[in-house]
Amino acid sequence: MYLQAFIFAGIVCLICQVVLDNTTLTPGHITSSVTVIGALLSFLGIYDKIVACFGAGATVLIANFGHMLYSAGLAGYEESGILGFFSNMLCSSGIAIVSVVVFSFVFTLVFKAKD
Amino acid sequence: MNKDEYQKLVKKLSPKEPKLRNAIIAFLVGGFVGFIGEVIVNILMESFGLARVDSYAWLAFILILFATFMTAVGKFDNWVQKAKCGLIIPTTGFAHSVQSAALDYKRDGLITGIGANVFKLAGSVILYGIVSAFILIVIKVVLYG
Repeated sequence: MYLQAFIFAGIVCLICQVVLDNTTLTPGHITSSVTVIGALLSFLGIYDKIVACFGAGATVLIANFGHMLYSAGLAGYEESGILGFFSNMLCSSGIAIVSVVVFSFVFTLVFKAKD
Repeated sequence: MNKDEYQKLVKKLSPKEPKLRNAIIAFLVGGFVGFIGEVIVNILMESFGLARVDSYAWLAFILILFATFMTAVGKFDNWVQKAKCGLIIPTTGFAHSVQSAALDYKRDGLITGIGANVFKLAGSVILYGIVSAFILIVIKVVLYG
């Protein structure tokens, strides 16, 4: 599993780096596209299999964010309809958003920007 | 000198990106992040008895804590400069973009500085992630029930 995680995460980063170097896209374009691709793979039912095969190699990527949004939203819809769809979507990816906001706010108050 | 000639000159004089080297570094660093993630997940499962899904959530938490802290200390910017996509594509890139935007705009104050700019770069990931997931769920529900 360690080797699979290494190779999968490495290859995704390699592809993104090749795209970044050979086009005029910025890192912002690439990360957004990878997130959308993650949601799309989740929609096609592939991302669960990728996580089962490559473990943390797949969950450390930003594509996992799209996957979590899609699967949590769909689970919410199946549980309690349209309201569940909207209220559940950020359920599992909330950990990323909330933790990043809290940590960066605290650290920003404590540390200074270096130039 | 017309525009085309100027473009050619700019292309000739601007330093070439070492593409092969960038790609190899991105592969090694990105792979290393995946490998470390797997190590952390296994430690969490074995030592703390967590389920695999919970370990993945904790892993995201740990990576974000690490990346925001290293960015705040000032180390992470140099690493991203060198490793590029190796650190941008994992969750660390998301955390790095939020933290560096917050630090850069700190001098503009709490509301118009940090508050207004904290999602300046990461906002597109959140926006397009949610919109695409929304559309795909609607398609799934309408077409497949």
